[in-house]
Amino acid sequence: MYRKLVGLTAAVAMAANVMGTAAFAADTIKIGDINSYKRLPGHTIPYKNGAVLAVETINAKGGVLGKQLEMISRDDQGKPGEAIKIAEELFTSDEVVMITGSLFSHVGLALASYAGQKKRLYLAAEPLADALVWGKGNRYTFRLRPSTHMQASMLAEIAAENPAKRWATIAPNYAYGKDAVAAFKKALMAKRPDVEFVTEQWPGLFKIDAGAEIQALEASKPDAIYNVTFGGDLAKFVREGALRGLFKDRMVLGLLTGEPEYLDPLKDEAPEGWVVTGYPWYAIEEPAHKAFVEAYQARWDDYPRIGSLVGYNTILSIAAAIEKAGSTETEAMVDAMKGLTLDTPSGSITYRAIDHQSTMGAWVGTTTVKDGKGMMVDWAYKEGANYLPSDEEVRKLRPATD
Amino acid sequence: MDFFIVQILTGLSNAAALFLVASGLSIIFGVTRVVNFSHGSFYMLGAFIAYSLMTVLPGFIGFWASILLAGVAVGVIGLIVELGVLRPIYKSPELFQLVATFGVILVIQDLALLIWGPDDLIGQRAPGFEGVVKIGDQLLPSYDLVLIFLSFLVLGGLWFLFNKTRVGILVRAATQDREMVGALGVNQSWLFSGVFFLGSALAGIGGAAQLPKGGADLLMDFNILAPVFVVVVIGGMGSIPGAFVAALLISELNVFGVQFLPQSTLVLMFVVMAVVLIFRPWGLFGRPEIVGSHGSQGPPEAPLRAFSGRLWLALAAAVIALTAVPFFGGTFLQVLLADVIIACLFATSLHFILGLGGLVSFGHAATFGGGAYAAALLVQFSGASMELAMLFAPFAAGLLALVIGWFCVRLSGVYFAMLTLAFAQVVWSVAFQWGEVTGGDDGILGIWPSAWASGTTAYYYLVLTVGLSGIATLLFMAYTPFGYALRGGRDSALRSEAIGINVRLVQWSAFIFAGFMSGLAGALFVFAKGSIFPTELEIARSFDALIIVFLGGVQSLFGPLAGGVVFTLLQDWLSRFEYWRLFLGLMIIGIVILLPNGLVGVGQWLRGRFGGPSNKLEEAQEEAG
Repeated sequence: MYRKLVGLTAAVAMAANVMGTAAFAADTIKIGDINSYKRLPGHTIPYKNGAVLAVETINAKGGVLGKQLEMISRDDQGKPGEAIKIAEELFTSDEVVMITGSLFSHVGLALASYAGQKKRLYLAAEPLADALVWGKGNRYTFRLRPSTHMQASMLAEIAAENPAKRWATIAPNYAYGKDAVAAFKKALMAKRPDVEFVTEQWPGLFKIDAGAEIQALEASKPDAIYNVTFGGDLAKFVREGALRGLFKDRMVLGLLTGEPEYLDPLKDEAPEGWVVTGYPWYAIEEPAHKAFVEAYQARWDDYPRIGSLVGYNTILSIAAAIEKAGSTETEAMVDAMKGLTLDTPSGSITYRAIDHQSTMGAWVGTTTVKDGKGMMVDWAYKEGANYLPSDEEVRKLRPATD
Repeated sequence: MDFFIVQILTGLSNAAALFLVASGLSIIFGVTRVVNFSHGSFYMLGAFIAYSLMTVLPGFIGFWASILLAGVAVGVIGLIVELGVLRPIYKSPELFQLVATFGVILVIQDLALLIWGPDDLIGQRAPGFEGVVKIGDQLLPSYDLVLIFLSFLVLGGLWFLFNKTRVGILVRAATQDREMVGALGVNQSWLFSGVFFLGSALAGIGGAAQLPKGGADLLMDFNILAPVFVVVVIGGMGSIPGAFVAALLISELNVFGVQFLPQSTLVLMFVVMAVVLIFRPWGLFGRPEIVGSHGSQGPPEAPLRAFSGRLWLALAAAVIALTAVPFFGGTFLQVLLADVIIACLFATSLHFILGLGGLVSFGHAATFGGGAYAAALLVQFSGASMELAMLFAPFAAGLLALVIGWFCVRLSGVYFAMLTLAFAQVVWSVAFQWGEVTGGDDGILGIWPSAWASGTTAYYYLVLTVGLSGIATLLFMAYTPFGYALRGGRDSALRSEAIGINVRLVQWSAFIFAGFMSGLAGALFVFAKGSIFPTELEIARSFDALIIVFLGGVQSLFGPLAGGVVFTLLQDWLSRFEYWRLFLGLMIIGIVILLPNGLVGVGQWLRGRFGGPSNKLEEAQEEAG
């Protein structure tokens, strides 16, 4: 036991040594990137690829403020506590100027709380939770991707034009699913007080019992269905639902269903005729976007997913903010982020000063199957700014004044 | 009416995959007493391997050949795990093997990611069974009927194997009394290997057969693990008909739960398991365990020795070194060490019931997360200060342990473990579902320390002081009459009762005390991170503590400290690499094989080699004298 304790002390000393050797490169601006690279690699790897591409592109053009950008990526294991520890390390040992990333909402919320407490800049790239910029928003947290509220409102707009009165919902039983259903219900009821929600199904995340869920949905005889399931749950839901005739003669809306991450694994079984939010990267003709797709394919020998675009835009946003601030000092960067406008492959976006949400939008269209693959047709890009609440409402939603 | 028939058939087909995987786990446990956490990984591998085979073997024959071949392939993988990882450690303390199987999970996760890539794979449809059957006005996928048929086929096959063949009868005999079977001249090694092959193959076939209903993805392993353990425990460990009935029960309840109580799906099966275990502690078809009849408990532990002078010196040195850290180490080292100390306190509190009490809890996260939530809720709803919240948290966690413990301490062994797991899941689902109070999985945010402790160094000293005091109290308790009574109950409940110790009361008190300390660790955690989420109540959190305790060494008081330091630092260091789970898994397996008594085994081995008494009996006499 004596020797073991000596060993323990030695281990502590060794750890101290390892920590002490953090590199001090003078001519780079370091950005910390924290994401769930092992829990949901199907999403986070395209994200990272997009971000790396942006870093390389910017550096090739001479970097930011005459310095090269350097992104340090770390895996948070999908655990908020782990993400906080890594954030501490990135700031104190690696000396990053800010942190970004994260996909899971709970990890994003934990990092936002950390950023507020420690007065460090955090740009949340992908987490969708509305609370991130509203209920739990703070001066040091910004978010790029269109939130649950925005995407659900886009679909509710289309739902309101449909004669369907009896709506059923199915969503994974966790915060994102609950938010997505609540936002959709609120937006739809505002436009159509005559609709009725006949059933709400809540399968466990990635634990759907598709047969039973479909039986339950069918039993409530809805006119239309609002789907929030994704990933493996979506695949099971679509296959079983098509078999059991659930989608016949019904309008089906799918939140995020058109994103390549979710649509492509379905191959020729992708649902036909669903109205979805997604990312038809293959059909967007704007030159800036075409250039992005070409560069991405040249760099990674793969096509971009929505995560790739978000990763790319994240780094562009950071570079623009540092450029505008003229320094990498936190308060200056925060002030620069407020109201920051920049051009991205998906068009011009602005980080709203009032709630720190970017106005990046989403594509809404109808799914179809072409050449054995799911595609979006008849799509339109919906500007994010049009689906955000008024300033007055935001002030009510967001206790933080800064 | 048609609706109910279709519902029941849907439930039956869901039960099929669950039964296949659960029967495999049940057989393996019944004979080898290994709690095989990696069984879910075998299920996942079955799905992936069959997916790949189906892309090269077309048609009706190809489909079924792929499923069968996937079963054989996974069986062989199971065999390799048994021979390479588990065989060297069968003689280790009971349940030690679960750490090794946890290492196997990590290795398989990264290998699957390497081989099949990150994208979800959607399973091929079964040729000839792509359509639906009409039952009245309801539709049922025809493959559901195939799955139902398959589960009865396997049930019948296993019944035949275990009742009509010599090998099967030997296996059943080994389930009841391994030593006796060995004494009668049966080669146990072959029996173990065969059983592992069969059990793994069944899991593989289960994974392969569900492909037309879903697919293959990297989350399958953990997703199936909990339901499968629930099924095995409800049915009775080692009982095939039990697994069948339990799989059916769970699946049907789930199908009707979705219909009538859509929010219930997360917790339903754990509630059922808790109820079954409270009324039938050995499951529906299980038999009471005879203590000591399963040989894997290892030699009796040496009594605890009083701290020697050198040990006191070493301890003092360690405390001084830790106190001095802020003077020479960086900020991050303090953050990391705070995490290490919290992990050590959490693990030491588990060790108190596990090592000293012999009560292996799989649900220790309930009190850790419970304490963290109690502190966070107090701050959230009453604006209490950090100091008050930290004081309150352990009492709240202790209260939780009081309730859980009342139900659990009547059981022992694996059934105790599973009941604690069930309660932890119930606590988890309360935190997860009760959004208005707990914030659901968006958690409770903004729980930061008081101003005086909000600096990194200040909070480090707070964790150091509180954490080390907690650990010291736990160690001290081992030497009190209470600690002696606890150990007595572990070593011989009968004799302890005979000398007037109320074993159950002592165990219950220990459970509450451990919960109290674990809640304290939770309170330190929540203020270190500033937020709390249901992830801290998850099974994975309980496993963390188990791995730390077993890795460090169950038989030593300092085991959880050694394990906490090594595991936390190793994880922190390895997670910088891309395939860190592979390395961590291999390291865990390596440590387990080389140091069957855990990390502190090294110290004991050194002492045995370079001086001091090596004989356990001598040590005992020395202490007694």
